[in-house]
Amino acid sequence: MKFESKTKVSSEIPTASMPDIIFMLLIFFMVTTVMREYEGLPVLLPQAKQIEKLETKRHVSHIFLSKDGMISVDDKIIPMGNVRHVMYKKRAEDPQLIVSLKADKHVTMGHINDMHTELREADALKINYSTKTAVY
Amino acid sequence: MKRRMHAGVIPTASMADIAFLLLIFFLVTTTIDMDKGLGIILPPPGAEVEVSKKNISNLLINAQGKILLDNEPVQTRDIKRIVESKIAANDKLIISVKTHPRTKYQVYIDVLDQLKQAKATRISIAEPSQ
Repeated sequence: MKFESKTKVSSEIPTASMPDIIFMLLIFFMVTTVMREYEGLPVLLPQAKQIEKLETKRHVSHIFLSKDGMISVDDKIIPMGNVRHVMYKKRAEDPQLIVSLKADKHVTMGHINDMHTELREADALKINYSTKTAVY
Repeated sequence: MKRRMHAGVIPTASMADIAFLLLIFFLVTTTIDMDKGLGIILPPPGAEVEVSKKNISNLLINAQGKILLDNEPVQTRDIKRIVESKIAANDKLIISVKTHPRTKYQVYIDVLDQLKQAKATRISIAEPSQ
């Protein structure tokens, strides 16, 4: 006697929708990716423990302040007196602006205080001292 | 009459591969590490607020990195404990941080870090008096 299954159960995983799934993932990553826009100056960031993450990258503007007091915004070296004009323009474009101050740890507070004054004049009041996580 | 239907078909077998390739590219270029640091909000320009003396704690840092908290020299690592007890005694306390123009930025960040650890939310960055 010969047994024969009447219904053939297909044991294959349907792959027809695979490209769609992959495309969906792809579009998700494309939308969430923010490419690194600016190189900036070489800085050694200070270290701190109680750090907080910046929730967003869209409203963040970086100011680089190197050891010898050079300031770079958007890959342009600018003098201290021009920071207020540059940042004021940015602030007008994006009211939610957060300034991430990437200053070298060997920089002196004279420069930082000048920067505070410039940023206050530009009305860019939300700032974040960029630091590394300290490991003790 | 029978029509032949085999012409004009785009091969879709490699579609998944192409999509995967693009996906991997975006996965690799996505930077996961977010910016992190110590957040602070600067006072608006020209805003002078009168605060009663007993609600202010002065924290001075000199050029050598020595710290004076309410006229008492302190070590960096002790700031957290002292400020915590000060805030427990007076929750309206404002910590006013004053620095010398030649103070190292790292020292300032260390102090700010300690204040943040002590849950001090009212931190004022004072303009150095000329």
